[in-house]
Amino acid sequence: MIALRARAANVQLSAPLDRTVWLLTDATTATAQRKGRACVVRDDDDFRDGYGLYLTHDPLARSPNGANTLQLPPLLRHLEAGDVISVSEDGQQIRVLWRHRSHHNHILLTERCDHYCLMCSQPPKRGADDWLLRDAFELIRLLPRTTPGIGFTGGEPTLYGDDLLRLLKLCRNLLPFAAVHILSNGRRFSDFSFAAGWAAVENANMMVGIPIYGAEPSLHDYVVQARGAFDDTVRGILNLGQLRQRIEVRVVIHKQTAPRLVEIAEFIARNLPFVEQVALMGLEVTGFARANLDDLWIDPVDYRDDLVEAVRRLDRRRVRTMVYNHQLCLLDRELWPFAGKSISDWKNEYHPECLKCGAAHECGGFFHSSKYRVSPHIKAIPPDEVAAPKALLPLS
Amino acid sequence: MSKFQAPEAFSPSSASWKLLPFRFERLNSHVLLTNMVGERVAVSESDFAQIADDGLPADSELVRRLRAAQIIMQPDEKAPLELLALKTRTRYRTLPESTGLHIFVVSLRCEHACPYCQVSRQSSDTDRFDMSTETARRALDLTFRSPSQSLKIEFQGGEPLLNFPLIREIVVEAERRNAQLGRDLSFVIATNLALLTDEVLDFCADHDIYISTSLDGPAELHNKNRPRPGRDSWERAVDGIRRVREALGADRVAALMTTTARSLDRVSDIVDCYVEQGLTEIFLRPLSPYGFAVKTKAYSAYGTDRWLAFYEEGLNYILELNRKGVGLTERFAAIILKKMLTNEVPRYVDLVSPSGIGIGALVYNYDGDVYASDEGRMLAEMGDETFRLGNVHTASYADIMLSDSLLQPLEESFAASAPMCSDCAFEPYCGSDPVYHYATTGDFVGRKPLSGFCRRNMGVFKLLIDKYETDPHARAVFLDWAGR
Repeated sequence: MIALRARAANVQLSAPLDRTVWLLTDATTATAQRKGRACVVRDDDDFRDGYGLYLTHDPLARSPNGANTLQLPPLLRHLEAGDVISVSEDGQQIRVLWRHRSHHNHILLTERCDHYCLMCSQPPKRGADDWLLRDAFELIRLLPRTTPGIGFTGGEPTLYGDDLLRLLKLCRNLLPFAAVHILSNGRRFSDFSFAAGWAAVENANMMVGIPIYGAEPSLHDYVVQARGAFDDTVRGILNLGQLRQRIEVRVVIHKQTAPRLVEIAEFIARNLPFVEQVALMGLEVTGFARANLDDLWIDPVDYRDDLVEAVRRLDRRRVRTMVYNHQLCLLDRELWPFAGKSISDWKNEYHPECLKCGAAHECGGFFHSSKYRVSPHIKAIPPDEVAAPKALLPLS
Repeated sequence: MSKFQAPEAFSPSSASWKLLPFRFERLNSHVLLTNMVGERVAVSESDFAQIADDGLPADSELVRRLRAAQIIMQPDEKAPLELLALKTRTRYRTLPESTGLHIFVVSLRCEHACPYCQVSRQSSDTDRFDMSTETARRALDLTFRSPSQSLKIEFQGGEPLLNFPLIREIVVEAERRNAQLGRDLSFVIATNLALLTDEVLDFCADHDIYISTSLDGPAELHNKNRPRPGRDSWERAVDGIRRVREALGADRVAALMTTTARSLDRVSDIVDCYVEQGLTEIFLRPLSPYGFAVKTKAYSAYGTDRWLAFYEEGLNYILELNRKGVGLTERFAAIILKKMLTNEVPRYVDLVSPSGIGIGALVYNYDGDVYASDEGRMLAEMGDETFRLGNVHTASYADIMLSDSLLQPLEESFAASAPMCSDCAFEPYCGSDPVYHYATTGDFVGRKPLSGFCRRNMGVFKLLIDKYETDPHARAVFLDWAGR
């Protein structure tokens, strides 16, 4: 687990910080590019003039020129030039917005949501948090033009309406090569004018991930704890499809959805085959999922056969299908080619059994939060049994 | 104290269900419901009574299954109608793209003398049964008038290789015209392969021409079905298949079989013959009531039920082969399964509604007469010109496509409105075949309880659904086939 927020170990501010979002650089930055940047200081020689903020990993008496300096806590020792952080006005609270080495940079845009999902990993809050959106605008302006990808998550990002679309346009214009992935419950897109606004962002690298938790309203609405959600979400997906937008449908598998997994796959294959991909995802035991664990936990071994059937139903209808967050030793071998390494690096871990496993390097491993519940069927695969998958390769 | 509400809190607040369009069929142990876009729900008789008596509760397992298939909805829901509309549009979306298949009968001559011949071949030395260059050019004019982006030109006979020079001319001329038009143009030669030469193979390789041939099964069966001088039809066909695979590519040849009374007890031998030749598809076809097949009573030699038994035995055998790792697809099942399991509608002219006559395929006979389908041409050879749409030398594209000879059978036979078809649970999987029904009953609609077409298709639909629902291995194979 890599920490993404912490308190500064020591704060020395001689003047108020003139910005909240800081791109980290090192002492070699050209003078003209130092303004408004934070310098990660490795030794005393690194205190060179012109930076807006200095970050140190070690206790330092005082910066030689009396400039604003934060001492990073040990938890944030991983920070380095190229990363982006947000710092509270008083310098105390540090949030990591961007780790340039990571392929999993997901920007939290809001903690507000019109759903209240049983297994929400990011339990919603009510208060205004528009500053998260402002930070995201600032972040995009700081990132290099060559940035390969960026994700936006919530809460429910579409609650911002047109402001979200402005953010996405900025993304398109400043980060033209970035794969942009946004997680949404999809309901806002049932308003065709909003969906049309989304399409008008005109970014071919943009994809929205929308969850479906049932083949009919009752189950989906229960899982997301919102009446009318299924109807809105399905119509939202239809609107986006009509506008030729790229859509990923996500299905989180837990005790409530697992018995319906094949039906859900069949529903998607029949009704939404135009989506670009479907991700069948294992449960992340965090947030509400921990609180509701008894109602949600199911050993993946118990839905193993249904998962095979669900993947077949989708894949054979030429819907690209991925199985996320499942350890290979719990999957039927037929599904190995569909399994992706999907767990963000900062919360990715492995089980002691994995040390003996011949397939560990191909396996997605575990969420950090898996310590709260792990299948008793986790078992090392002997290296000589990690042959090529026996059966079918994906058709799509 | 939980902040979360129980599942029941998300059940509908009342049992005020609206029924969406669906049809039903009583099968052995249950009632099959299908909706207008082909989704299926099997329910028990008592469940069915609940639906029919407007007695569904606000929530139940049955309610959820019916909602998932858009058979019922709550009055305030919008998504079900949007989904049905989208899927309906999808199913009919290729209709404006008529006509994709253009069949050129370049010669009616043939050196085979098959008793079941459905096209009434002429002996091979009579060249007045060959198509002329001028006729071919006129036919190409009409071909390129079709709005369809993809155009497939299929050469038939007789034996089309008996007039190979004309095939060359047509291919070169079509490619020349298409250089500016940019359609997806493809060619097929339907040949018995007996006259295959290296010259033909070279030309096919240069122009990416696909070969469709006939293979009725093992040598003695095939040679009895398909007599020719030398009694070597099978040997020539098998050798030809090998040469085509090697010269053009393994996937550039497919074989069709014709079922005769002699075939009925030998389905596994027939299937084995296909596997031995390295073919990955077989089409277990019924015999149709046209051409010499009627004159020689070959058609009446066995009934639909006997054919269905043959088909089921063959399908079971093919599934068993698949279980052993032999990847063999049965085409008839694959076409139907695509209609059952996806929103795609395969372009197979015998199993679409509206019918594929004219709008799916046009046939240009050797003498320039234009027919709405291959079967329509066969009927004309028997003296009935009902499906003759005109002649390439005198009729315009509009004359042909707007002729009553085409529009009337299309409209009358449209399955969604035809008597009995419109009530049939299998209508979404079926097609309309006005030529068959005209040939057997004298009108385009026919009388379904007596229709061999109906009886055969219903039998196959029931067989496929039963296997899909009860046999996991068959289901996996069927999903594969449907995805092809």
